[in-house]
Amino acid sequence: MARPLTSPAAAARPARPTDIIDILGRFAPVIFLLVLIVVFSILEPGFRTSGNFLNVMRQISFVGIIAVGMTFVILTRGIDLSVGSALAFSGIVAASAAKGTRSLLAGGVKDEGGIHVLYAFLAAVGVGLAIGLLQGFLIAKLEIPAFVVTLGGLGAWRGATLLWSGGQPISSFSDDFTRWGKGYIWEIPIPVVVLLGFVIVAHIVLRYTRYGRWIYALGGNPEAARLSGLNVTLLTMSVYVITGFCAGVAAFLLTSRLNSAEQIAGQNYELQAIAAVVIGGTSLFGGEGGVIGTLVGIMLIGVLNNGLVILGVSSYLQPVVIGAIIVLSVFIDRLVKQRR
Amino acid sequence: MDDMPAQQPLLRMEGISKQFPGVQALKSVSLEVYPGECLALVGENGAGKSTLMKILSGVYEPDEGHILLEGRPVTLSNPHQAQQLGISIIYQEFNLFPNLTVEENIFIGREPSASGFVRWSSLRQAATELLGRLGVQLDPAAVVRDLSVAQQQMVEIAKALSYNSRIVIMDEPTSALTEAEVAALLDIIRGLKAQGLGIIFISHRLEEVFAISDRITVLRDGQNVGDLITAQATPEQVVQLMVGRRLEDLFQKEDSQVSERPVLEVRGLSRTGTRRDPSAIVLKDISFQVRAGEIVGLAGLVGSGRTELVRAIFGADHYDSGEILIDGQPVTIRSPQDAIRLGIGLVPEDRKQQALVLELAVRENISLAALSRICRGGFVRLAEERRLAQSFVNALQIRTPGLEQKVRNLSGGNQQKVVLAKWLALEPKILLVDEPTRGVDIGAKAEVHHLLSQLAQRGVAILMISSELPEILGMSDRVLVMRRGMIAGELSRAEATQEKIMALATGLNEGRPAA
Repeated sequence: MARPLTSPAAAARPARPTDIIDILGRFAPVIFLLVLIVVFSILEPGFRTSGNFLNVMRQISFVGIIAVGMTFVILTRGIDLSVGSALAFSGIVAASAAKGTRSLLAGGVKDEGGIHVLYAFLAAVGVGLAIGLLQGFLIAKLEIPAFVVTLGGLGAWRGATLLWSGGQPISSFSDDFTRWGKGYIWEIPIPVVVLLGFVIVAHIVLRYTRYGRWIYALGGNPEAARLSGLNVTLLTMSVYVITGFCAGVAAFLLTSRLNSAEQIAGQNYELQAIAAVVIGGTSLFGGEGGVIGTLVGIMLIGVLNNGLVILGVSSYLQPVVIGAIIVLSVFIDRLVKQRR
Repeated sequence: MDDMPAQQPLLRMEGISKQFPGVQALKSVSLEVYPGECLALVGENGAGKSTLMKILSGVYEPDEGHILLEGRPVTLSNPHQAQQLGISIIYQEFNLFPNLTVEENIFIGREPSASGFVRWSSLRQAATELLGRLGVQLDPAAVVRDLSVAQQQMVEIAKALSYNSRIVIMDEPTSALTEAEVAALLDIIRGLKAQGLGIIFISHRLEEVFAISDRITVLRDGQNVGDLITAQATPEQVVQLMVGRRLEDLFQKEDSQVSERPVLEVRGLSRTGTRRDPSAIVLKDISFQVRAGEIVGLAGLVGSGRTELVRAIFGADHYDSGEILIDGQPVTIRSPQDAIRLGIGLVPEDRKQQALVLELAVRENISLAALSRICRGGFVRLAEERRLAQSFVNALQIRTPGLEQKVRNLSGGNQQKVVLAKWLALEPKILLVDEPTRGVDIGAKAEVHHLLSQLAQRGVAILMISSELPEILGMSDRVLVMRRGMIAGELSRAEATQEKIMALATGLNEGRPAA
């Protein structure tokens, strides 16, 4: 025979009985998150107030929204390094739209609150979508590797932000504008509500829609997806449009929250978002994972940061800890997979 | 064998057996190679040639048998060791670094060096010497990427010689070469023979076998079925030995109503150029029809263009010219999506790489292509999906613990049934199947055959590629035989025999070459 034949297993192997390591491995991020919350709560009573908890959630909500989009990208074996810079550029454009400093935007209307805030929001989302479309086109249609295209974007959109604003932040907006970042709905910060909304919608899309199924198929086996009649080009493009959209929404909320569009906004968000997705159990090789894991991942990063601050641990140490957790989570994932 | 000179053979393989899970790949095979001799190793696809050569080059260890080099028993436990003992193999797919030069490739890992620095002048000298020994005009400083396939093969041969090889195995060395390049290669082989090397030449192409070899060893179903002296043998004799498997225990297609009207018609399909060789003829002026209820077998050797043909019809690969008609209407197929919309399904050659998403469940794989049919407003109707998947699990007797089982955990036969189910869910009118029972156990094989037969009875037009002649003979209403990108001939069910198919596939009917 020219090649060894496939496994002799007569029929299918029976499903493994779930064992303790398997469960531990699968839920490691959740378990770790709960352990952290318990430990920090015991060590420092200030940690366990609901005020602090919501504060943590608000801190992570902006990068969290981006991480939701990043989950789609990584599920298709892609990567988007441009999200932080895309956020900064979307934010600065939205801010000038609100201020009326660029006449071509929003008809030059000044931010007087009310409907003008909507223009600013549309400007932010529009820029995010445009960035996503452009990058998605380069990746899916021209087949330039996603890493390269978005690495280019990482630099280019940050530069575009500086060019646009001449290096100056754009600050001070109406209350109608800042309400979106600072306000609450039923005592929950609005950015947190938006993040949870994104997570729920993304979860439903991934689990229950045709589009979601296609995403998993594309990430699991692109060639099989193509030969099964999926429009691989359009699907690939779509996930970068999703991250662009997420970056736009996060940009609006962050600008509103800070009452200022900064050149450095969203710096390192791409790494945090990727970290959250990976810690949450989505495979960088595509096809496996989900957005609930990403939420756990981003909360883990937020709680860890906050807890270490409250405990008075050097802020220089935090990236070290988070880096170690990323590597550890992938290692655990690998261990569990090897056992199967 | 008594006619051979009473000389010590360079290599003797004795009673080699090898078993893989579910299949006896080699059963007590013996062969020998004498110095200065070219031994041709022939046999159908899957006869065991590659396995035998992998044992000789240290990739596999045999379950039984001995290998003797110049009378001394040796154990070959890895390719490196085989190479050190003077056995080199040149595979169809070259093991070259396209970004490095000829000389760097030849001496990769063994560069003459001083204190960690490569001594380039010695390297150049050694490479020039080797190429000279081969009588090849090739710049040692040329980058391999820029060379033709034939030139890259010369680099492989030079690399083999650089290990002071005494036995060089060439696996289908001529499959990617033009006629002139083949002639040049045969000259080089003659040169190597004159230098006392033993050559094992694996080829499907009998004209070349008869042109270059001194003796021929024929394998069939993992057994040595003949050792011939080339000068005293005829190609017909070799073909007779190669084929001749038992047919009775294989499934026979049941009669179906074959309509007169062709469902699929291909006219003058041609394609030139592959990624590796832009001037290679892939498909040349291919025309045929498949009617409703008919199974057309597509036979031919590996590399004859069968897979390329069905992929072109399915829109998975492009083609340069020609026309495809469905139900008599010319159609444009630019992508698999177009093909699926027109009612064509493709069961590809390699189910794991090309057909299945292994990490998804049986249910999700079955519904993948037909997903839009069970959706409402973009949402998959899960109940409907389960019903669909369950109906195919029942109908095709897919043995799985449940619909939610990952496809990765199924056996080869059941995976293949999942692939078939995926296409049946679309109710195609044309089904292209490429090696439908490769790597599938006997029981599942019969089930797949039965299923294809039932589909034909329901009026599906089926084009089936197979490298197993009994499968082709048992299942086909008509047989098309491909050779070098062309249809070499067509045989009706009544006239098709293994000998006739093999004769067409190997080009035997095109006149005897000069030995």
